[in-house]
Amino acid sequence: MSKIHVTTSVNGEEVEYLCEAQQTMLDVLRDELGLTGTKEGCSTGDCGACSVIVDGDVVCSCLMLGAEAEGRNVETIEGLAAPDHLHPVQKQFLEHAALQCGFCTPGFLVAAKALLDRNQNPTETEIRYWLAGNLCRCTGYDKIVRAVQDAAAEMRGA
Amino acid sequence: MTSVDYVAPTDVEAAVAALGASKGNAYILAGGTDLLVQLRTGRVHPGTIVDIKRISETRTISEKDGAYTIGAAVTGAEMSAHKGLSQTWPGIVEAMDLIGSQQIQGRASPGGNLCNASPAADCVPALIAAGVSCTIAGPGGRRTVPVEDVVTGPGQTSLDANEFIVSFEVPKPAPRTGDAYLRLIPRTEMDIAVVGAGVCLSLAEDGTCQAAKVALGAVAPTQVVVAAGADALIGSKIDDVALEKLGQAAKAACSPIDDKRGTIEYREKVAAVLAKRAALKALERAKAR
Amino acid sequence: MGQEPVETKWVGKRIVRPDGVDKVTGRANFGADMNLPGMLEAKILRSPHAHARIKKIDTSKAEALKGVHAVVTGADFPELKAASVDGGEAQVNLKDLGENLMARDKALYDGHAVAAVAATSASIANDALDLIEVEYELLPHVIDVEAAMKDDAPLLHDDMFTSGVEPQPKKPSNIAARMEFGAGDTAKGFAEADVIVERTFRTAATHQGYIEPHAAVAEWTEDGQSRIWCSSQGHFAIRSMTTALLDMEEAELRVMPAEIGGGFGGKTTIYLEPVALLLSKKSGRPIRIVMSREEVFRGSGPTSGSVVKTKIGATNDGKITAGEVELKYEAGAYAGSPAMPGCMTAFACYDIENAKVVGYDVVSNRPKCAAYRAPGAPMTAFAVESVLDEISEKIKMDPVELRMKNAAKEGTRALYGAKFKQIGFEETLKAAKDHPHYSAPLGPNQGRGIACGFWFNIGGESTANINVNPDGSVTVVSPNPDIGGSRASMVLMAAEVLGIDPEKIRITIGDTASIGYSGLTGGSRVTFAVGMAVVEAAKDVVKQLCERAAKIWEVDFEGVEWRDGAAHPASTNVGDFDPLTLGDLAAQAGKLGGTVVGASSINARGAGPGFGTHICDVEVDKETGRVDVVRYTAIQDAGKAVHPSYVEGQMQGGVAQGVGWALNEEYIYNDDGQLENPGFLDYRVPVTSDMPMIDTVIVEVPNPFHPYGVRGVGEVPIVPPLAAVANAVSHAVEKRMEQLPISPPRLLSIIDG
Repeated sequence: MSKIHVTTSVNGEEVEYLCEAQQTMLDVLRDELGLTGTKEGCSTGDCGACSVIVDGDVVCSCLMLGAEAEGRNVETIEGLAAPDHLHPVQKQFLEHAALQCGFCTPGFLVAAKALLDRNQNPTETEIRYWLAGNLCRCTGYDKIVRAVQDAAAEMRGA
Repeated sequence: MTSVDYVAPTDVEAAVAALGASKGNAYILAGGTDLLVQLRTGRVHPGTIVDIKRISETRTISEKDGAYTIGAAVTGAEMSAHKGLSQTWPGIVEAMDLIGSQQIQGRASPGGNLCNASPAADCVPALIAAGVSCTIAGPGGRRTVPVEDVVTGPGQTSLDANEFIVSFEVPKPAPRTGDAYLRLIPRTEMDIAVVGAGVCLSLAEDGTCQAAKVALGAVAPTQVVVAAGADALIGSKIDDVALEKLGQAAKAACSPIDDKRGTIEYREKVAAVLAKRAALKALERAKAR
Repeated sequence: MGQEPVETKWVGKRIVRPDGVDKVTGRANFGADMNLPGMLEAKILRSPHAHARIKKIDTSKAEALKGVHAVVTGADFPELKAASVDGGEAQVNLKDLGENLMARDKALYDGHAVAAVAATSASIANDALDLIEVEYELLPHVIDVEAAMKDDAPLLHDDMFTSGVEPQPKKPSNIAARMEFGAGDTAKGFAEADVIVERTFRTAATHQGYIEPHAAVAEWTEDGQSRIWCSSQGHFAIRSMTTALLDMEEAELRVMPAEIGGGFGGKTTIYLEPVALLLSKKSGRPIRIVMSREEVFRGSGPTSGSVVKTKIGATNDGKITAGEVELKYEAGAYAGSPAMPGCMTAFACYDIENAKVVGYDVVSNRPKCAAYRAPGAPMTAFAVESVLDEISEKIKMDPVELRMKNAAKEGTRALYGAKFKQIGFEETLKAAKDHPHYSAPLGPNQGRGIACGFWFNIGGESTANINVNPDGSVTVVSPNPDIGGSRASMVLMAAEVLGIDPEKIRITIGDTASIGYSGLTGGSRVTFAVGMAVVEAAKDVVKQLCERAAKIWEVDFEGVEWRDGAAHPASTNVGDFDPLTLGDLAAQAGKLGGTVVGASSINARGAGPGFGTHICDVEVDKETGRVDVVRYTAIQDAGKAVHPSYVEGQMQGGVAQGVGWALNEEYIYNDDGQLENPGFLDYRVPVTSDMPMIDTVIVEVPNPFHPYGVRGVGEVPIVPPLAAVANAVSHAVEKRMEQLPISPPRLLSIIDG
């Protein structure tokens, strides 16, 4: 079983890894690259805990093969904050207490970042449907939606 | 336990060759939103995974003389972002957009949705209603077939082992044409359709319906074309009488099952409701043209 | 008692949680994130049958597979003793616990573990599972609770004789226990009623649905220093249960708490840890087991499905004259449904003279149920609050008014025995009535429901250590996993007592070797009970600091008082000394007897009961039976909200779980007794777009037994929503909802009659 050699960019840094054909991007991130901030909640694309951004689109890394990442641009939760400051959506999650257990949080943050990258003035409904693929069992979503709204406002400079 | 090969050819001919060269079953990988779940649960055991996303033809939306060609591996997110396609065929784009979450939209493709051959596939009734055909490539070259002829049963298609869908051919719509797709799910997102209904209709200048096609999903082993439903609309002004007949026809066209997602009785009732609602939505769009 | 709220400087502030940055950057380590050198991955083989005798297990082919290092089955475990073990909140039957995590002679449900494999990779371990040959003899099975109670039902346990029935039956049955208690004379009470409503309500089994699947990493050592890293609601209970099942001393196992990705009661028990440790012992390598989502649904505890018959009588002016409840709860494959708390909470919101409750704890071929947020209470609240709603319709009385007239208050003796001290139920009702939501107009096809809920809340054994660092910063060691922001609450309470900025305080969760035993993160007890331990430990620090100030000033201890983070002379009579801050005293610690370490170990009593009142608006699509929740307000007495954002979060989260329970969540079994929907695709928890904003009102009626008046808050909010949603739908369609979930097919068939 020969492995596949992949060269890709993860959080702006070129990385190389070997993976098996059936190995998912999620497994590659967690087991080969040690990036355990991306979480596995279901492995069927139903919970969004494994969300990453690939070439600008938010996707479930459990539904992508590691081999597919060749030449792509992958962003994970570990790349969201700059060394000296958090991304506005991270900051607002903390201010709003938009997390309880924190397990779904990386997926929500990555998905929210992908939304805010293309729309800094989303309506509540747009936020709710954009984040419908991220399950949270703790918060009832209220504070998460408010945090994203305020992050958008912060990014607009409002 | 058996080793799996992964290949990502850059042209159609190489993909067909890779399918033929596989030592075990070969599986096409487009968005992978169904295939990876099947891999994980052990429902499929491929010898080769053929990733078609490096073939530009499968990844492009193009327009010529008002007709669109949609690559089979174009994602739902890309279809939604395409202004021309969204304006011309909102029903098709909405149907695709209903599949799964934003994360799924970043990957899922119309080709995958069709070839997964689920009776509940959301974009298929909309494609059928709009009169879309698909271009299939294989060892013998290319052929074009209507979308409704692809799926033959749950998980079964009419494609040969070494064939795959390259693109969809969406016709130039007649004047005053509108399409719509609606589905019923228990939640607002993330569910598989319990019933889906796609309607496409065209109006004469006086507002009389002169062409229509109605297709249902999740109510039979394959998507169902409701010819009697179209007949009920054609020649009418889509009034209550026509809609009632459409509903009856939709109900009669169902041969559903009882399962964890819905009962036979429920699916029949809701098929009628959604067919009528979709027709009204399509009508509104046709009138706006 | 009329205790007044306590003035506070820090308690009640919305600070950023101390573990916040770790959790928004992906740095926080949860159960599956641990990785040890040489670690193997393990997978569990589960029964595909609902009920089967295990005649033979042949693991030889699996063991021969390259990369496989160890295989275990039930036969590898020490013999199970009929004893009970500390499960943190309650005593757990050791034999049932052991059989549930690895079947011995029978598989009792689809998903019951029968063997486990450790290999160099997860995929090899999975391949090895396919090579294990299990010879099953299929037995008839029973899923439904009422079917399981029948005389001729297939028996799960030959040695189960219903307890609570005198004389105890000699014939075995699936009814593990019958319970009954009451007060007054219900026949007399019903005779006095002007209106009596009697209905039977049904709820489906639902899962806690935490997003983090169970995970454990274990490393066996030959010298009695084994280690486990896992996410749980209490690593001390994990230690107790694991060591009891593996015949170890508790000191031989150190359990390290990983961050926990949700539990809601479901992570109070064990499924993986002893299996991982045994595989480690057998292979000589560290082991990681991570459940798949499918395994979580098939193999870990949902809560009971239920059948609850309820009869309530009232006079035309709204006085409840009598109430009866008979409930049947599914326990799953082993005894232990929350039938008793279901009985105890049924009428706890109300002062009813004549009442009777009867409960049955019933086994069937389903996974053993586990605790789920206010275990047992939501189902009886659904029944009782639905019947009260109907009575209010019949006597044309406002539903809040009806409840107000019968509300439990200070001095009320609850049917389950407790006499309430200061409680805030009436205050929640009043807040509901005053809330703009309650009088807002409804749109077409909409309905409004209200419902109330109660939960006991608990205290229990709790510890805390506080270390004063040489530079005057402070480290708190808490013994309880932080499942939803408790680190922040602990820091706020420590800051309040010490009189220093919370920024000066850091907090860590201690493992089983670094702090003394504490009960579970459960029962809505942590902020109350562990918070009290932190307050006690902080007081211990203050006492020691004051002693040192007294020494420096050469005055009596009584002459020193602690305020604003510094020792001050208690009065001018003591002398004229400059205050000595915590930092000043910490800097001199070495000269004054060594580091200041505060410690406490308490058994917290006096957990204040919690009450909530919810208002829910729904909109129904009458042609398809779909329901949307369009507005929701939750009101609850928190005693004192230490961190109001996290109190609101508990309320909102409980509402969302309750809405899911009411509308779409259910375990669906096929005719062969196999679970049909073991995944988030068809086990439909609410998603972001399903929910509206959830308005919250925190009522603060102090709990007189807590220094800041705290009551538990985590469980109450899941109690009212089932009935609040059902009542709203009932009003929208003008037909009474008797069965959950109110899924579209079910509702449409009710609408269409």
